Amino acid sequence: MTAATHARNLNLNARRLRSLLTGLAFISPAIIGFLAFAAWPIVQSLYYSFTDYNVLQPPIFIGLENYRDLLNDRVYGIALRNTLYMVFIGLPIHLIFDFLMALLLATQIRGLSIYRTIFYLPSITPVVAATIVWLWLFNGQYGILNVFLEWLGFQRIGWLTDPRFTKPSLIFMGLWFGGNTILIYLAGLRDVPVSLLEAAELDGANALRKTWHVTLPMMSPVIFYTIIINVIGYFQYFTEAWVLTATRDGSAGGPLNSMLFYAMYLYQSAFQLFKMGYASAQAWILFAIVLLATAVLFRTSGWVYYRSEE
Amino acid sequence: MRASKPLMPPAFSLQSLGLQSRRRQNALMKGFAYVVCTLMAVAYVFPLYWMITTALKTDVEVFLVPPSLFPKDPQWGNFIASTQYIPFWLYMYNTLVICALTILGTVISCSLIAYGFARVKWPGRNLVFLIYLSTIMLPAQVTMIPLYIVFRQLGWVGTIWPLVVPAFFGNALYVFLLRQFMMTIPNELSDAARIDGAGELGIFWRIIAPLIKPALATVALFTFVATYRDFLGPLIYLTEQNQWTISLGLKMFQNMYGAQWQLMMAAATLTMIPTVILFFLTQRTFIEGIALTGIKG
Repeated sequence: MTAATHARNLNLNARRLRSLLTGLAFISPAIIGFLAFAAWPIVQSLYYSFTDYNVLQPPIFIGLENYRDLLNDRVYGIALRNTLYMVFIGLPIHLIFDFLMALLLATQIRGLSIYRTIFYLPSITPVVAATIVWLWLFNGQYGILNVFLEWLGFQRIGWLTDPRFTKPSLIFMGLWFGGNTILIYLAGLRDVPVSLLEAAELDGANALRKTWHVTLPMMSPVIFYTIIINVIGYFQYFTEAWVLTATRDGSAGGPLNSMLFYAMYLYQSAFQLFKMGYASAQAWILFAIVLLATAVLFRTSGWVYYRSEE
Repeated sequence: MRASKPLMPPAFSLQSLGLQSRRRQNALMKGFAYVVCTLMAVAYVFPLYWMITTALKTDVEVFLVPPSLFPKDPQWGNFIASTQYIPFWLYMYNTLVICALTILGTVISCSLIAYGFARVKWPGRNLVFLIYLSTIMLPAQVTMIPLYIVFRQLGWVGTIWPLVVPAFFGNALYVFLLRQFMMTIPNELSDAARIDGAGELGIFWRIIAPLIKPALATVALFTFVATYRDFLGPLIYLTEQNQWTISLGLKMFQNMYGAQWQLMMAAATLTMIPTVILFFLTQRTFIEGIALTGIKG
């Protein structure tokens, strides 16, 4: 190796090192944030999950006892089942509804911006304020929904008092908060190439077939994205149910715990009963479930069609 | 940013082909879309209408059966009464302080981080970015307890710091959004500045920062809405009544004096006003921002 190439190599390495250091300097808040607010707490909560810890006394190692107790905890089982109900029933209803709304809005109707505003607005209203409004709409005696049902000749419904109706009520209310997803779908629909739709039309496809064979495949990455984000979100379902059911003494979950969700029970275990070890075990099971769900979604994502970049 | 492309092909191309039935079908579809969208729009607006009209009723009229669709004698005083019944202005002030600090921290940290991922070439950056991005999927519950315990040891429970300080260490979703935006800026701009002897911070501040203003506005807006709506964070950390945010305060007061519906609805209306005004002022930023997060995901 001549001296000149050697010097050039050194120079190159020095430049690479410098750009590495510059890059790391810029992302240093992210590195600290990742370590302090993600990596370390994940490991630490795994440790707590094997302990009995009430914050005041130091944690006592108890092995798998928290996990064993959870297996026998009937209320925990209810919270888990209620959460799965929202994931498997609430979420598909919401996404299908949002997609249909987006399809309607994408037919180039006049006044699109007005409709878009109306459908989007509820999703940015403060959740607590909006949910308190729903508490009033759902009110069994004076709530307008029951008044309306009676006026139509139906029976009153115990929206928030009859355990058979409470979760459907939450799903019904959730439709009102769906504007964000509607807009994501609407933006996706506008990216579907017109040429493909025209080609399908020339081949004699009707609106339904065009939607099924062109729009849906082209939209599949967007749909996949919303599924992933919402599955993770629904496993953490908290505020709406908490606001609707929490009482003054701190209990929450509604009649027969029919609106007790995973994150609510975890919150109660940790911040009302100060059973930090027990709550950490719940957190880790939740983490495992979410990881598993995401892995399954990615594994079965063969239906997602990725356009090659033009 | 993005040109809006019509979904349906323009009518003339069909006409020229003589596909009369297709056109009728399209017109039918459109009519159907109008009817359904309008009905749905009425349903979507109704809860807000009911909130405002309830807010204007007297405590007797609220419980009228059947209810009056419009308040007989609008009680505008209810809005003032609700701000005394709940220490509304104090809670609004608390909320806005948290929002302002959170926005400041998020905008500064995320733009610097995004610059490091988008504009500086270093070995391994794509892998690191992918790992960082995966934190979006981390449920808050997993980190909640250890963080609470640390903040408690720092003496921060009962202060706003646990809600604000993490914002200064980046947010993967917004970093992603800003990075996408920065990558569209041609490298020649930075290279020219480098030749002129500018340092990376100088390039960031003088060249990139001004160009990404629209994306920064989106991040600021989304951060505001998310912070303003947050409930679980304040519920855990704001243990003193005089520190409560408006969302926390609303829930606590609803628990204490649940039956004063006209005052609760007045307070709910007032709470919604800032986000609604902000939305109308910045509609484009909102809508483009959503397209950006949703599509490129």
